Amino acid sequence: MTGAVTAAVDGIEPDPAGPDAALPDDFGHFGRYGGRFVPEALVPALDQLAEVFQTARRDPAFLAELDHLRRTYAGRPTALTDARRLTAETGGARLLLKREDLNHTGSHKINNVLGQALLAVRMGKQRVIAETGAGQHGVATATACALMGLDCVVYMGEEDTQRQALNVARMDLLGAEVIPVRTGSRTLKDAINEALRDWVANVDDTHYLLGTAAGPHPFPLMVREFQRIVGVEARQQVLDLTGRLPDAVCACVGGGSNAIGIFHPFVPDAGVRLYGYEAGGDGVSTGRHASSISGGAPGVLHGTRSYLLQDEDGQTVASHSISAGLDYPGVGPEHAYLHDTGRATYEPVTDAEAMTAFRALARTEGIVPAIESAHAIAGAQRLARELGPDATILINLSGRGDKDVATAIAYFDLDTGA
Amino acid sequence: MPDVVPAAGNVAPAFERARSEGRSALVGYLPAGFPTADGAVDAIHAMIDAGVDVVEVGLPYSDPVMDGPTVQRAAEIALDRGTKTRDVLATVAAVAGRSVPVLVMTYWNPVERYGVERFARDLADAGGAGLITPDLPPDDAGDWLAASDQHGLDRVFLVSPSSTDARIDIVAAACRGFLYATAVMGVTGARGAPSAAAPVLVQRVRARTDLPVAVGLGVSDGAQAATVAGFADAVIVGSALVRRLLDADTVASGVAAVGRLADELAAGVRSAGEGSADRSGTPPARSAVVQA
Repeated sequence: MTGAVTAAVDGIEPDPAGPDAALPDDFGHFGRYGGRFVPEALVPALDQLAEVFQTARRDPAFLAELDHLRRTYAGRPTALTDARRLTAETGGARLLLKREDLNHTGSHKINNVLGQALLAVRMGKQRVIAETGAGQHGVATATACALMGLDCVVYMGEEDTQRQALNVARMDLLGAEVIPVRTGSRTLKDAINEALRDWVANVDDTHYLLGTAAGPHPFPLMVREFQRIVGVEARQQVLDLTGRLPDAVCACVGGGSNAIGIFHPFVPDAGVRLYGYEAGGDGVSTGRHASSISGGAPGVLHGTRSYLLQDEDGQTVASHSISAGLDYPGVGPEHAYLHDTGRATYEPVTDAEAMTAFRALARTEGIVPAIESAHAIAGAQRLARELGPDATILINLSGRGDKDVATAIAYFDLDTGA
Repeated sequence: MPDVVPAAGNVAPAFERARSEGRSALVGYLPAGFPTADGAVDAIHAMIDAGVDVVEVGLPYSDPVMDGPTVQRAAEIALDRGTKTRDVLATVAAVAGRSVPVLVMTYWNPVERYGVERFARDLADAGGAGLITPDLPPDDAGDWLAASDQHGLDRVFLVSPSSTDARIDIVAAACRGFLYATAVMGVTGARGAPSAAAPVLVQRVRARTDLPVAVGLGVSDGAQAATVAGFADAVIVGSALVRRLLDADTVASGVAAVGRLADELAAGVRSAGEGSADRSGTPPARSAVVQA
């Protein structure tokens, strides 16, 4: 299976021939975005992390270990599903689903977590901290820490611990300590603040396992490289199935890790359009949304320069989305760059549009998606009608919806017999 | 503010005055807009009356990752009351001009949003001495380095016990005025035990730069101030002062409590000569503290 191993290795090996090989630069800049806006206390740890990552991605032993875990633990490669009934119901382009929902722990989050947990072991850091919103990244991190025998602490906004009690219990079962965050808005943004405060105090023995392609350098680069396997696999799978590249690639964008993972291998393919769908909440015009690019402005938050939701004084504005995983007022810096250069297009999808797609996918394909991923489905359906039946659209189905059933019960007023 | 920046920075005369009195300088931090806009101004005046040598005015920010619960709470209150960036500049204007330099301590995004050059101009116009930027390492500070040069402002960056010598060099090269050494690995807030890391860090910094070194994080009373004054050029106190305002029943009683604590801290830095840390090997200008 040399070919298969090569595909996995391609996932994070530097590609000197790629058009974006120079991005980010050595200081983590994607054009004017990215960088490092952190307390000086963290700079040595970020330098160490960058160095360990750059060494590891060229180390055959590390790549083999990661590949082994991907295959025998996470369940990679994930399938590509030809969504015929959804295509028929939508009317328009052929819709193909990259099934990241089939990963262990139920989403693409495991791709990044396994890579970073291996790096934590390499650095000799026995303690891992993470932030989580809906709990998907927290569960994935707790899982990897259980697997590798690392201590795990997960910061979660108090409001989210109440909304996602099931995931709190899962993390507890996995041996992680969940700390409810009671500051600020008590959601993901504040969980990241608290994780950063912990890291400043404990950086000697602690790795901060950031869950998305945002934060200070090297996180946007590193998370992208660990998520790139999604696009590498999907690109080949689409070629094998259809004999050509897709016309468009669609993904939901919160912090943007699943999107950058599937986009990145397609960036050199000029004929492939890239679409990121942000959480539109009640609609961008209402002010109640989480569309950082569509409805925000450039600024600095959580260690990086990118688009964010902020007021005229640069104070962060609270985000709103039915999807806890997209309910974040910032976005990864590479997406800001891809937006400004016009290489990718970012559009909002409202709560209502996402929930309609959530139900449509369940009924036509027998797949209950994460509400996050339902944003990508809804956006792709819109695009499919525009592009017409000759086109093919690849959609990153980033996670499954088991965690969202309670939200769906409330939203659709489903009869549970209770 | 002068168009030509003094090489040693706008805070240099305050540090020089403390040194001539054979002691370390005392730097007091309070956020603008807390407990009220006027209350903050009164509290800062009370601190200056008590003998603080340098003032830091905090710009309240929604995501203060370097701050512990006390300063976080004050920022929340200030923001809930509608404190704007222009109100922070007005606070600076209201307390500047008393021969005590006034710096603004701020996370970076509010400055970037206001416009770096515009902020520098308006801060200088308000009589401000410069900026302390806890989440802006010099590496990404190009715009601010240029604006601070243009408008004659000090720029204070931080080092921590985890800083390598190479990082200390980078930070020292970018600083003007003084260098802020965080005494512990962690966020702001009162701590019971003195930091063992701080004296080591100060020695390491002094081996590499002539800039004055101010030590902050965790100093909450006169005795701790005296201890830190035994090895640093300046002692920075923030959370303990903020705590006095948080705990007070009225603004007036809070302001009075700030004054009393500042008195105690000022006495602390003046008592540091007795039993202070060994300062052998430090430059002569600074050994004045041991002779006090």
